[in-house]
Amino acid sequence: MTYRLELRNVSKSFGEVKSLQNITLHVDQNEVVGLLGDNGAGKSTLIKIITGYHQPDSGELYFNGTEVKHLTVTKARKLGVETVYQERALADQQMLWRNIFMGRELTNRFGFMDVTKMTHETNRLMLESMGFTSGAVTAESVINNFSGGEKQGVAIVRALYFKADLIVLDEPTMGLSLQETRKLIEFVKGIKRAGKSAIFIDHNVFHVYNVADRVVVLDRGTVAGEFLTKDITLSDLTEKMYRVAESGHFD
Amino acid sequence: MTTQIEPPLNVSLTTPTLARQFARFVRRYRLQFGIVGVLVLMWVFLIIAGPRTFLNKEIYISFADSVPYYGLMALPLTLLIIAREIDLSFGSIMAVGVMCFLSVFNATGSPILGLVACLLAGLGAGLLNGIIVVRFGIPSLIATIGMQFFWRGAVLVLTQVSSNLPLAPAVAVDPVLRELLVGRIFGVLPAQFIWMIIIAIGTWILLNRHRLGAHVYLIGDNPNSAALMGINVGQRRIMIFGIVGVAAAFAGIVTSYSVGSFFTSLGSGYLLPTLSAVFLGGTSVLGGTGTILGTFVGCFIIGAIEPGTAAIGLLGQWTQLIYGFVIVVSVGMHTLLRRGSR
Repeated sequence: MTYRLELRNVSKSFGEVKSLQNITLHVDQNEVVGLLGDNGAGKSTLIKIITGYHQPDSGELYFNGTEVKHLTVTKARKLGVETVYQERALADQQMLWRNIFMGRELTNRFGFMDVTKMTHETNRLMLESMGFTSGAVTAESVINNFSGGEKQGVAIVRALYFKADLIVLDEPTMGLSLQETRKLIEFVKGIKRAGKSAIFIDHNVFHVYNVADRVVVLDRGTVAGEFLTKDITLSDLTEKMYRVAESGHFD
Repeated sequence: MTTQIEPPLNVSLTTPTLARQFARFVRRYRLQFGIVGVLVLMWVFLIIAGPRTFLNKEIYISFADSVPYYGLMALPLTLLIIAREIDLSFGSIMAVGVMCFLSVFNATGSPILGLVACLLAGLGAGLLNGIIVVRFGIPSLIATIGMQFFWRGAVLVLTQVSSNLPLAPAVAVDPVLRELLVGRIFGVLPAQFIWMIIIAIGTWILLNRHRLGAHVYLIGDNPNSAALMGINVGQRRIMIFGIVGVAAAFAGIVTSYSVGSFFTSLGSGYLLPTLSAVFLGGTSVLGGTGTILGTFVGCFIIGAIEPGTAAIGLLGQWTQLIYGFVIVVSVGMHTLLRRGSR
């Protein structure tokens, strides 16, 4: 069976900084992979390569078994990859529908937008999927006063609307309340139940352990190790994370 | 089989009352309401304080004649400023455009070819501005200050004059283009005003109904987010610079036809009124917000200050004071209105 996503010997440098060195990892069909690592391990760079925002300096990317060269953000989306970024990638002064359709506005052949359809779809998404605890929000509401969880909801719904089946979540619990965090974890479990795959990055080992089938540990730009969550206890995993951060080794 | 993914949070929506919907409408368009309010207040004040001027149709014909000289540029410039860029070289591009018109007209005898050359020159100058800003990463404020001098210098050198000289007879006597650009419709309404309205409608459609306009708002609001979502930020910026260049060249040829001659200093006085009209109209220099209606109204507020000052009996020295007052009050109002949302 082919992997949903595979990276082989992917490297990326920014000037003198070697962000990623010879990364080889994969995500199975219908698997949630947790990506763990300390600050500076290279997690965000890895995500931006998978979503087509950065180009790797070397190595190959395979989506459902087929190699893809010169991946762009648009191409990645067509391949079913959607990302909920750490910085959420929203435009605070703009209306909700503009954020949902950012970069993917529904247009005719000449680029003229179907604003009616986009606001209609946004309203529908608000009814069906989005969570807003106040009732005064419409598709034309500006998002700058939304709470952290509401903004996260916008970013997530945006990813889901476009029928992704590999959803990348980069530090999605950042800025969320306890209850919102719990709901997000449930949501990631729902992704798995729906037959899709996900990559879940978080600093918090507890969150990742709770939802991931498998954990990949990045350290200083390389894959330090992989563990199936059913084969390791949380405390052992935590211990190994500390050791690898301190010394670069698990033992 | 795909099962529905449960969303993370709960939904609760109430149906808003009519009063609430109206309040929401006013709140959403509060920038536009604000600037139109300023215009109306100012207009009422001028009619009361200077009835001899402002109850007479002559002053309004004068506005329709002269405001488009910079209004034609202020409207596309709004898009550029919303995109968090600026162009200070558009005055010089006016002169570049007219110079190219003259060269081609004198060589070919065709006003249409001349007009095409003029607009293409403006496009080229604008695109060059964009390329310098995007490819070399120079902030547009600095890059276009430099280009302002560069284009002005190019015009002076290429026309080999250093003071005002009338245009080659070409422009003054070509009747067809003259009528089209600056003729009097129904014997009274200056055609350039109609052009300004056409440009206003065109830029409104581009900004609010075209994908490029949507991207302009997003790039100005958060260029990182826009790039992460796959928007080609650099290409969009270059295109808007190009549009501003074309508009400047067009404004240049319209102004020259209206005035009847070409001065190599064409455009050098338009920097401040054009920018003031845009900022006064509610566009934020920080990017991400702004309206075409605001700029359109702002152009006429700016245009009315000088004649208004004279009409209400104040000496010319008051003009600067009033310019400053109106600008600060308007921009302050917009800043306050922009706070708060939903």
